[in-house]
Amino acid sequence: MPVNTQAVGKTYEPVPYAVGREKIKEYARAVGETNPVHLDVGAARAAGHADVVAPPMFAVVYSAPSVGPPIFDPEIELNFAMMVHGGQEFVWGPLVVAGDEITTTASVKDISERDGRGYYVFESVSTNQRGEQVCRGTWTNIVRGV
Amino acid sequence: MADLEAGATIPELRVMPDRYLTARYAGASGDFNPIHIDEEFAQSVGLPGRILHGLWTMAQVARAQTEAAGGPEHLRRLSVQFRGMGVPEQEVLVTGSVREAADGRVLIDTVAEQGGTQIIRNAEAELEL
Repeated sequence: MPVNTQAVGKTYEPVPYAVGREKIKEYARAVGETNPVHLDVGAARAAGHADVVAPPMFAVVYSAPSVGPPIFDPEIELNFAMMVHGGQEFVWGPLVVAGDEITTTASVKDISERDGRGYYVFESVSTNQRGEQVCRGTWTNIVRGV
Repeated sequence: MADLEAGATIPELRVMPDRYLTARYAGASGDFNPIHIDEEFAQSVGLPGRILHGLWTMAQVARAQTEAAGGPEHLRRLSVQFRGMGVPEQEVLVTGSVREAADGRVLIDTVAEQGGTQIIRNAEAELEL
């Protein structure tokens, strides 16, 4: 069955995320960060930041919820049971710190088929409360047996 | 900051994901897919057991770059391919080498492996110094 490519270009509702200090610390500990700017507000401020700094990969926390709607969009017909996360790219802008309000908008960048596999590529664009782009994510999901 | 001239290798990062790491990372990240936290469920879908979150492993690759560069503000881009699967209670090793360095921009080829098998491959990091 060929993949349905009609949804390429479709954009979804923006998803807001309020960045909390303790959430950053919880995430930083789970990934083994030792840099005190991620763990201690005093150290972060001494280094010139407004508050505890999110590690770059904290982008997962504020942007992944935006990718749920396209994955489960009936118009895309993605077979979630056969999906694996094939690749990921993040491009970062200014650092995210506790207290930031991030808004992420996801869209369908590409849908294609090669060798019986479907490639579903979603893009997430995250901006902070000043309108600065803090992260752009490219999420490549591979579905076997399309 | 590590030496980041072309051809240099970045300091390797070794990390041991303990038995409960996937539960802590699930809570921290919000990804509660049961293949990461439920041994029986993972086996029921043909996996050897619970597997690591790919994005946790990617975070280790990111950490190797930010530690080499001297802080999170230096990491501008990271792209990875996930292959195979990582498992708890086995050391993850991240290595990388500088492909290009010019005008404060550094491109690093980097991988993560476990027991000699790459679980993140063809990864590329861009640093701004």
